[in-house]
Amino acid sequence: MIPALLELRGIQKIFPGCIANDDIDLTIAPGEIHALLGENGAGKSTLVKMIYGVLRPDQGEILWRGESIQIDNPASARALGIGMVFQHFSLFESMTTLENVALALPAQNLDLLRVQLEKTANEYGLKLHPDRYVYDLSMGERQRIEIVRCLLQDPKLLILDEPTSVLTPQESDVLFETLRKLVAEGRSILYISHKLEEVRALCGQATILRGGKRVDNCVPVEETAQSLAEKMIGRRVEPIQDRETPMSTQKRLVVSNLSKRSDELHGTDIQDVTFTVHAGEILGIAGIAGNGQTELMAALTGETGPPQSGSIEIENQDATAMAPMDRRQLGAVFVPEERIGQAAVSNLSLIQNSFLTSGKRMGFISAGIIDWSAVDAYTGHILDRFDVRATGRDALASSLSGGNLQKFIVGREILQTPQLIVVSQPTWGVDAGAAAAIHEQIQGLVANGAAALVISQDLDEIFGLCDQIAVISQGNLSTPRPAAEITTEAVGLLMGASNHASGDALANA
Amino acid sequence: MPLEMPLLTLEARATPSASAAWLSPLLALTLTAITGAAIFLVMGKSPGIALYIYFIEPLTSWSGLSEVLVKAGPLILIGVGLSIGFRAGIWNIGAEGQFIAGALLGSAPAIFFYESANPLILPLMMLLGILGGMGWAAIPAVLKTRFNANEILVSLMLVYVAELLLIHLVQGPWRNPQGWGFPGTRMFPDAALLPVLFSGYRIHLGTIIAIVLPLLVWFALAKTQFGFQIKVFGSAPLAARHAGIGEKRMIWVTLMIGGGLAGLAGVIEASSTIGQLVPKISPGYGFTAIIVAFLGRLHPVGALLAGIAIAVTYIGGEGAQISAGLPKAVTGLFQGIILFYLLAFDLLTRYRLTRITISKSAT
Repeated sequence: MIPALLELRGIQKIFPGCIANDDIDLTIAPGEIHALLGENGAGKSTLVKMIYGVLRPDQGEILWRGESIQIDNPASARALGIGMVFQHFSLFESMTTLENVALALPAQNLDLLRVQLEKTANEYGLKLHPDRYVYDLSMGERQRIEIVRCLLQDPKLLILDEPTSVLTPQESDVLFETLRKLVAEGRSILYISHKLEEVRALCGQATILRGGKRVDNCVPVEETAQSLAEKMIGRRVEPIQDRETPMSTQKRLVVSNLSKRSDELHGTDIQDVTFTVHAGEILGIAGIAGNGQTELMAALTGETGPPQSGSIEIENQDATAMAPMDRRQLGAVFVPEERIGQAAVSNLSLIQNSFLTSGKRMGFISAGIIDWSAVDAYTGHILDRFDVRATGRDALASSLSGGNLQKFIVGREILQTPQLIVVSQPTWGVDAGAAAAIHEQIQGLVANGAAALVISQDLDEIFGLCDQIAVISQGNLSTPRPAAEITTEAVGLLMGASNHASGDALANA
Repeated sequence: MPLEMPLLTLEARATPSASAAWLSPLLALTLTAITGAAIFLVMGKSPGIALYIYFIEPLTSWSGLSEVLVKAGPLILIGVGLSIGFRAGIWNIGAEGQFIAGALLGSAPAIFFYESANPLILPLMMLLGILGGMGWAAIPAVLKTRFNANEILVSLMLVYVAELLLIHLVQGPWRNPQGWGFPGTRMFPDAALLPVLFSGYRIHLGTIIAIVLPLLVWFALAKTQFGFQIKVFGSAPLAARHAGIGEKRMIWVTLMIGGGLAGLAGVIEASSTIGQLVPKISPGYGFTAIIVAFLGRLHPVGALLAGIAIAVTYIGGEGAQISAGLPKAVTGLFQGIILFYLLAFDLLTRYRLTRITISKSAT
């Protein structure tokens, strides 16, 4: 029998206050695409960090080709033949593709490297331009740099962490082709994901983690997406419920020809964005991260000041030049993408965090003095209604899990009885139970006549939740279309669109 | 055979320790005393006697206590103002300059109307003192909000400008014509002097202001929307922006509070213990108050206690010069050691020491 390429036996890793990995076994055969499945916080990242030498196991054994080894750091992992592409790329935006590749390798002649780079890229169907600057590249192109960078070191095992989270469906297909070529050469791939359909299509074996423990080993094609999800989550999951769309012509949010420059270097400017959200309607904005979602959100909250041109009307009042708190007074609430540091302050209590955005609208301030006992009661109300698991109302925001904190933040906004809720990445990094609860609350609010704008990278969420769908790409927004009338493929094309003719692609789809 | 290697390592705490936050200033003071004893020993002085002179003697007599409180006054006022700015993450290092600017502008009525007996002159001086400090702090505020200039550098450099301006005025245009050429202004008229509280002691109305003010600020920080905004702005600027707390407004307000209180401290100093402007009106109050702010955990009542503790080292230092022949520099040394230990122990509020054992398989 051929020895396994990599074998983990009884791996344990303990962090203060949590057992991240507990007695985990994992075997990867040569030429295998092995899926590592699990929800956020299941311990996937911790496990691969130990394989890549970023962390060290407290207990357990790592065998490489049947031999017990110790991986001290990423350099020794690379020397063994282990390469890794992280979810968050480690590229310098103001350098070219070639320079970024050269930085990760031992010093060498750049011209020789260029030849090698182009050769490897062509061999695996990874389209790359050595001299283009990274800030100018799409997420898919950036990922290709990372992959080629690994391949130049001739790895036996390639670890990919959520590689499709930044790709359009079409780009994902290209990536899968490359991966199949790699395993045909006898290389192995450890594929970390929570997208079940692609795991079923791609992976020969799967190891499923839950709460830091290995709960199952299976062959993905023999499972259904539903059965994989149940193994991953540990109980039945209900799909997002359809709901009756109440017809209304009442406009809650009207954005006309909005253009706003990004404050960030290499950020994405919002260009000529137009859309309307009616009462009783959920508008979904799909798009790959970094295409102007953050800037659009900031333009809507007003936190980065008035736009360069265009207008924003909330509840039929011109809010274009209004400060954030005045927009909230009109009946709008906002749930931004960043939970810690933007939506909530980590070192403040939940009570203080409740006050953060609700103070004015809920009337907790009189003559500049805060009525903390009223805020305290309001906080209790949020924790009860939204089933937030916390040690108490005075628990620090940093002590909550991602899902619980998001439930708290959404609860804080929804209990202000808004007419309009604008929410960005509502369930990103949130466990399935909390995600379902958040979806239900947004739907409930809209059923009562409010309007919702949902900005999300998750196409399942967009299609499951929204009545109208638009796509943001390089700061341009496509014309919103009813969800029933467009396909995932059409949305995928728009996500990758790089020109202004977005509307045409949708019309032809 | 595995080789056991016990090691001490820092481990992040899940939540900052509340007890460590209050324990670390006390530990810092204790270790400062121990280190001080060692230094005295090396200098050939009896550590017991020297420490007694430094830390205990100032508190054993009414006049000593009065002197400590008089000395603590400016430190508390400036320290409270700086605490508010530091909480918001605005690093005003130039309180010394704002102190001098407040003393200069606040003293102007007393110098120009040197025969005045109008009771309104004193409130006018206090007001001008505050405005002087604010004006000096407005320079880093403008430069930071307009050009994103670093307030640490700007406020610090303005200290030297203020010092030179003071020296110029007391040697030139504002010099006392009857002063035999010595640098210094005329003595202030009685109406321009803060009343002393008990005859025979120097403790005065300004001292009372310095003791009451921290309590008011404590209330404001805990109960008002403004206090909340300071806290949010200091710990999460993006969250502050999201909640509509304007960055420029916070920079302005915190610098105005810090500058205004430093300026008030300056004019109080000029119109109480000194009674005129002289080239050296501050023994470095503005800088020492930075230690006071941190020793007091950026809490207004903490600044009150820390101001008194640091004042003891000033008064003790004077006593030590006279009765034990110790150099004046020892006072600065003590203040430095306190800050050093405090910063070291601060680590323990966020981290804890744990023993770890690395087992290495012997080859």
